[in-house]
Amino acid sequence: MKRSFLLYFLITLIGILFVGRLFQLQVVRGRDYNPVKTSAVKVKFDLPERGYIYDRNGELLVANQLSYDVTIVPNEVTPLDTIEFCALLKITKENFIKRFKKAENYAPWLESVFLKQLAKEDFAFLQEKLHKFQGFNIQKRVIRNYPIKSAANILGYINEVNELIAKKDNYYQQGELIGKAGVEAQYEKVLRGKKGKKYFRRDRFNKIKGPFKNGIYDSIAVNGKDITLTIDSKLQQYGEYLMKGKRGGIIALEPSSGEILALVTSPSYDPNMMVGRLRSPNSVKLIGDSINKPMYDRGLKGTYPPGSPFKLVNALIGLQEDVIDENTHFVCNGGYRYGNRKNEFMKCHCDIYGKPIQLNSAISKSCNSYFANTYKRIIEKNKNSTSGMNTWSTHVKSFGLGNYLGYDLPEGDKGLIPDGEYYNSMYKHRWNASTNISNAIGQGEVLTTPIQLANVTAAIANRGFFHTPHIVKKINSQAITDSSYTTPKHTTIDKKHFEPIIEGMHEVFKTGTASWVNIEGIDIVGKTGTSENFMRVGGKKTKLPDHSILVAFAPKNNPKIAVAVFIENGGFGSTVAAPITSLMIEKYLTGRVNRKWIEDRMIKTDLSPIYERQTIAIKEIETGEK
Amino acid sequence: MRQEKNNIFFGIDWLLVLFFTLLVGFGWINIYAASYTDESVQAFDFSSKYGKQLLWILFSIPLIILILFINSKFYQRFSSIFFILSLLTLIGLFLFGTEINGAKSWYRFGGISLQPSEFAKAFTALALAKLMSDRKYNLSILKNQLKAFIIIFLPAFLIALHDPGSAIIYLAFFFVLNREGLTLAYIIFGALSIVLFIATILVGMKVVISSLFILITTFIIYNIYRNKRFLKFNWMKVVAMYLFSSLFIFSADYSYNNILKKHQRDRFEVILGKTSDTKQIGYNTDQSIQTISSGKFWGKGFLEGDKTQGNFVPAQDTDYIFSVVGEEWGFVGSSFVIVLFMALLYRIIYRAEKHANKFGRIYGYGVASILFFHLIVNIGMVIGVLPTVGIPLPFFSYGGSSLWGFTLLLFIFIKLDAQKSYDW
Repeated sequence: MKRSFLLYFLITLIGILFVGRLFQLQVVRGRDYNPVKTSAVKVKFDLPERGYIYDRNGELLVANQLSYDVTIVPNEVTPLDTIEFCALLKITKENFIKRFKKAENYAPWLESVFLKQLAKEDFAFLQEKLHKFQGFNIQKRVIRNYPIKSAANILGYINEVNELIAKKDNYYQQGELIGKAGVEAQYEKVLRGKKGKKYFRRDRFNKIKGPFKNGIYDSIAVNGKDITLTIDSKLQQYGEYLMKGKRGGIIALEPSSGEILALVTSPSYDPNMMVGRLRSPNSVKLIGDSINKPMYDRGLKGTYPPGSPFKLVNALIGLQEDVIDENTHFVCNGGYRYGNRKNEFMKCHCDIYGKPIQLNSAISKSCNSYFANTYKRIIEKNKNSTSGMNTWSTHVKSFGLGNYLGYDLPEGDKGLIPDGEYYNSMYKHRWNASTNISNAIGQGEVLTTPIQLANVTAAIANRGFFHTPHIVKKINSQAITDSSYTTPKHTTIDKKHFEPIIEGMHEVFKTGTASWVNIEGIDIVGKTGTSENFMRVGGKKTKLPDHSILVAFAPKNNPKIAVAVFIENGGFGSTVAAPITSLMIEKYLTGRVNRKWIEDRMIKTDLSPIYERQTIAIKEIETGEK
Repeated sequence: MRQEKNNIFFGIDWLLVLFFTLLVGFGWINIYAASYTDESVQAFDFSSKYGKQLLWILFSIPLIILILFINSKFYQRFSSIFFILSLLTLIGLFLFGTEINGAKSWYRFGGISLQPSEFAKAFTALALAKLMSDRKYNLSILKNQLKAFIIIFLPAFLIALHDPGSAIIYLAFFFVLNREGLTLAYIIFGALSIVLFIATILVGMKVVISSLFILITTFIIYNIYRNKRFLKFNWMKVVAMYLFSSLFIFSADYSYNNILKKHQRDRFEVILGKTSDTKQIGYNTDQSIQTISSGKFWGKGFLEGDKTQGNFVPAQDTDYIFSVVGEEWGFVGSSFVIVLFMALLYRIIYRAEKHANKFGRIYGYGVASILFFHLIVNIGMVIGVLPTVGIPLPFFSYGGSSLWGFTLLLFIFIKLDAQKSYDW
């Protein structure tokens, strides 16, 4: 072997190894290399303006306003008159020192926020004297502004993007804004627009050295789109006004389109509380209030037994399954006996003792016995209870019950509609219609949310179909085209079966439990309800005052509005829920309220003593048990 | 003939000159990119690094002419004196040296700093060539081996006192010795030592010693099982080898943990993957790798390397100059540089082998080995496969001493090569 071989060989080997390594770095690893994602390129974002939100009549609900943050570059700060500066910012000297240290710890040579969201008048004073305070600067920011103190539950609010969100979604940088609840969250992508990006070259010390590649990667910010809601702000505000001192919700829909006209939850809060310098103490207060739960949308999330309005659904199923007809009559003996034992008896308050009752009056008088009989027939029509129960369940679910409705707000609840399997697993196949007879009158296992009930009402108003309720009408003045909102969904009940039911409901306002709040010239069609409710207090089932419920639509023949009102512990449906419904309908259809006396009465109806007593009672029981 | 003899360009290998020119020229372009600032008022600034380097390059032309002007016999005859002078300049650093970057290895004359160690390589190569080209010299005699070792060791030692990194270059001379007949055992021995050293750092002394023991025992038992005659094997040798390597591992472990300084240990640990600190210890390597990777296949283009222009890689105009090539010229450019170096090395060896007389051949091997070692250590560091050792990339890195040192080294060979056919 030649003596020169070793060196030739090693040179070749090292050469191949090095070129191989370069291939690995520059070709293999380089393929995933993003030219703008390197420490040598700094990206600056140009934040677009967030879209405005209007009500259905073009009234501005959410706008933007400027806010001023004071920023600091600690290294540039020269000795200053701290007393004057603190007075301008309205902070204490200790607070000043604390904030200064914080900024210094973050990075002495970088700009960081010293004080957030200065009040406008403070800003004016500070700006004049800013030249005296080296190293401090003012940074403009856009924040939300709510001209009308209403609909906080619908609009939601925006939050600063935290580290977690920024990591999960690479669109966001920490400190930017993101919709957190309501329409702001649901339509975040529509409202936020598109950020503009500008890339800059920078050096090792983070110093900007000019645009990167003459800006070929840069993009312009695209402002967010404006949203028009289906909400009628006047009606919404009026509903909120009526609900003062009560807990519960009002949902008003336009039956022909499924548009949500009003979505009131009470208690609620002023949306402006979630903006500005008081935001963080406010949000702690609002979120922390576990008794009143002002952040909890009762209209969407509250699940309650639907009570008497549910009888309408049972009647419709009875007609469709042909187990009753208009003329079918049952005798009510002050209640319905579903077993031989003494307590197996469902009381009835229809006051038609011993006489046969037909469907029409059974609805207007809300006869428990009548619907118990009907329900029994539905379940027992089939050979076994399981399939009977399943048939019933399928019908009920076709009204949008027992599942998420699919509306465009980020909150909700399925509620509960049991089926055969549900009882099979509960009672191990030993059950029949009598076991769950309470379902006949909307007690039992059945649970619904107020918006689901409103939707049932709209389906009845439409005589058999509904449009999925939704909150957005237009995006940038273009009507929405989402087929899940524009195409009707049909119930399993034939159109012809609705008229008798609607007649019965009409009777409720003509002669029945809600006749005292009937409006001259408007045919209101509805059904009152009183839902029993219990609470587990310290392991014991305790009865609480009934919930007051009412569902209605009007006018009878050309329905413009369907309403569901739910008042927690409001007592009989006819006392609180009925007048509120009536006032809402009047307000929406005529634009004003003539019956001031009813309005006054509702405003004065303050249930807070009841709630307070309840809270105290619960606390007492709980502490007593301990 | 007489006329040709007086022509200083007679017989020179123009291919080597071409490689040299390409390397120096491309090197300067990258130094320009590394030290260019768009804030500079003047279009061309002689006080900047690229400006100074251009002056060094221009001044290297008279140096080259001077080297080529001198008769090649002169180099052979005076090599001992050059070597001794070179050693004296290294010793003189203790008295007159100026400290730059923590190493007292510079002389300062007015505005110019010179680093004698950069020139010592060429003179050591000359001295070694002179020693070994003697007709009576026989490398298989231990005494002669020792003489060669001393020539290599003396400058290496003096340099190591200031700058241990630069001293390891002198290991390159073992290639020269090997070429002249020194058994390969030395190199194998060296390579094995490196393997054991790295293993010791990685898994610890005890593991290496015990696994070595298991390995040797299994080897012997296996051979006895295969062939009974193996029992006659020299046991003393095996035991001695084992003991010696254990001693080596022990001392490696000791010197690694107690003699090496923290920052030197850190450099090893980054490369061996023991620490993954990219902020401080591994910052250079990490930035360098990122910068090279970002160049992709075609590179970002001249002065378009944003990492280079943002000065993210420290010492990018000197030791890390290759990362500029990687970023701005991509895989194409950086492979080209490596191929260019390989071509230069091949050519030197090829020409050296043609020498009838030993002096030119030995010197040529010295040149090739030194350049090769610089290439391995420097580029290995920049592409993150070898620990950080701050030595320049020949002809590329910014710095007058290193440019002149390598020019001297190469052109003495070119001159020797040009006159190789003369009768001595």
